[in-house]
Amino acid sequence: MRISACIKRVPITGGRILLTEDARAINTQHLGFTMSPHEECGVEEAVRLIEANKGDSVVLTLGPREAVEQLRDAMALGVDRGIHLQTDGREWDGEATATALVDAIRADEADHGRFDIIFFGNESADSGGFQVGIRVAYALGRACVTGLKKVTLQGASVRCEQEVEAGRDVYVVPLPAVLTVKEGLNLPRYPSVPGRMRARSKPVSVVTPIRPDPRLELVSLAVPAGQGRRAESLGSGAAAAPAVVELLRKAGVL
Amino acid sequence: MSVLILTDGSDASRQALTLARRFGDPVHAVHMDAVAPFAPDSLAAILQQVADELNAAAVFAAGTDRGNEVMARLAARAGLPLAANCVAVTPGAPAALTRLRWGGSLLEEARLHSPRPLITVAPHTVSIEEGPEPIDVDVARFVEELDERDLLVRASDHVAPQDGGVSLTTAKVIVSGGRGVGSKEGFAIIEELAGLLGAAVGCSRAVTSAGWRPHSDQVGQTGTKVAPEVYIACGISGATQHMAGLKGAKRILAINSDPQAPLMLNADYTVTGDLKEVVPAITAEIRKRT
Ligand SMILES: Cc1cc2nc3c(=O)[nH]c(=O)nc-3n(C[C@H](O)[C@H](O)[C@H](O)COP(=O)(O)OP(=O)(O)OC[C@H]3O[C@@H](n4cnc5c(N)ncnc54)[C@H](O)[C@@H]3O)c2cc1C
Ligand SMILES: Nc1ncnc2c1ncn2[C@@H]1O[C@H](COP(=O)(O)O)[C@@H](O)[C@H]1O
Repeated sequence: MRISACIKRVPITGGRILLTEDARAINTQHLGFTMSPHEECGVEEAVRLIEANKGDSVVLTLGPREAVEQLRDAMALGVDRGIHLQTDGREWDGEATATALVDAIRADEADHGRFDIIFFGNESADSGGFQVGIRVAYALGRACVTGLKKVTLQGASVRCEQEVEAGRDVYVVPLPAVLTVKEGLNLPRYPSVPGRMRARSKPVSVVTPIRPDPRLELVSLAVPAGQGRRAESLGSGAAAAPAVVELLRKAGVL
Repeated sequence: MSVLILTDGSDASRQALTLARRFGDPVHAVHMDAVAPFAPDSLAAILQQVADELNAAAVFAAGTDRGNEVMARLAARAGLPLAANCVAVTPGAPAALTRLRWGGSLLEEARLHSPRPLITVAPHTVSIEEGPEPIDVDVARFVEELDERDLLVRASDHVAPQDGGVSLTTAKVIVSGGRGVGSKEGFAIIEELAGLLGAAVGCSRAVTSAGWRPHSDQVGQTGTKVAPEVYIACGISGATQHMAGLKGAKRILAINSDPQAPLMLNADYTVTGDLKEVVPAITAEIRKRT
């Protein structure tokens, strides 16, 4: 069985987002980076499926040179190898990202055979386009189910539970399929030290796709106004309890 | 020129309609339940055909899970760009728009270069304006002609929600714990206070990652977005991804030993101190008064 997962490098922004001077990006000078929790669950599911069924797992990312760190993170969780679609760090829109991923997937499949499942996050953490996985599925002519909280193999099909307002809808689709997942699908393992060591020597192939002009073109970013509320102190320690109860009364919840 | 909207009759759809009217007249509507049970590729196929027949200037939907999913399929099928979760749009070539990033923690100004803008509108961000009601499209003839491939992905069953006490999405009060709670067992004092208040228990991602609470309790960008009257955050630092889940909260009370924690600066009310003392004291005070 062959499984792949697509992940995106994003900054860990902490308590306050600072922008670069030209307001076109987040100022990441003092920030760490990660993949989205949704995508981490996609990676974990890929690893579990290969552990249970044998085969080959591949992680793909389109991003700057440093995005190899996120490929290594995924390989530390157990993915076998990585494909890095290297960019100069500029923003790619969802359409262009999907096209580049499709080319890389097609090339890998030509050499190694078809992926039974390709995992995506339901949406990326930063741009939240809600589209890359679906676009890849259409281009490859494969079934796509989105927003999944549970995935179970059933022979040549996969049973999928999609989170909806009142419970979950169930879909059963044939393989090969493209699945977009949400955090909560599983509880990703913590990467072990040997896992991290092994990840360093796992193969990563690099391609450099050409960036087309984006049709959804980012002009600038802004932090929404009115984020800092003016906090009223109700005191400190246990002595604040009566004031808290007064507040709950006033709010009509007690 | 006419405009097309995918609607489910909700407020979120009426917000999308409000922005759709700026792109043309009249607005035609295809309903989310045109194909039942839900089959997203079919809806996308129908939207594409209707948009072509009407020569629609733009296609709109609410930025709900379903709205975004169907519109992305339409975008893929039609080979067009899609702008998801917009809060403002101005027609033109290119169209100018503002959309949400990072679950609403950032706004993006963007240009959409497209012969037919495909736009979803972020729920709760636009005030609904009255105007001419959309004209329902008779989809029967498109439904009949659906390709089998477009029915491959189709909801075939439903699993009811697990009965797990008060639901986060509808709770009037939420008592939420973060890493500061310290352990799985540490949540006993959070649960006790929540029980007294008829509140739901929430938590941060640090807590779900540690396995102290199930992910269904997580509040935030990749958890649940909540809208209680009062949100009580105990030992949560207030990372932007946690705050992204709190946009709908009426009042936020933060309990934290660090008065400089971002949540203490972004709350309406604060108590500085060790939650292991403060939370039981609140519980005791409520008991004393009732
Ligand atoms: C793409 C992405 C998506 C994410 N989505 C989410 C999400 O949906 N929800 C979410 O919550 N996080 C999310 N995160 C993670 C987020 O960035 C933070 O890491 C997380 O919210 C931190 O959890 P915390 O506040 O409990 O822990 P910490 O940041 O470690 O904060 C603990 C706080 O507890 C206080 N404290 C410690 N001991 C005590 C005590 N005894 N009494 C009182 N206070 C005490 C400390 O002062 C501190 O402020 C996401 C991250 C990324 C990158
Ligand atoms: N640059 C990228 N490299 C690899 N995968 C990506 C990239 N951007 C988006 N994806 C994948 O597509 C999903 C949806 O992204 P989006 O359409 O931007 O919301 C993400 O969760 C990732 O799994």
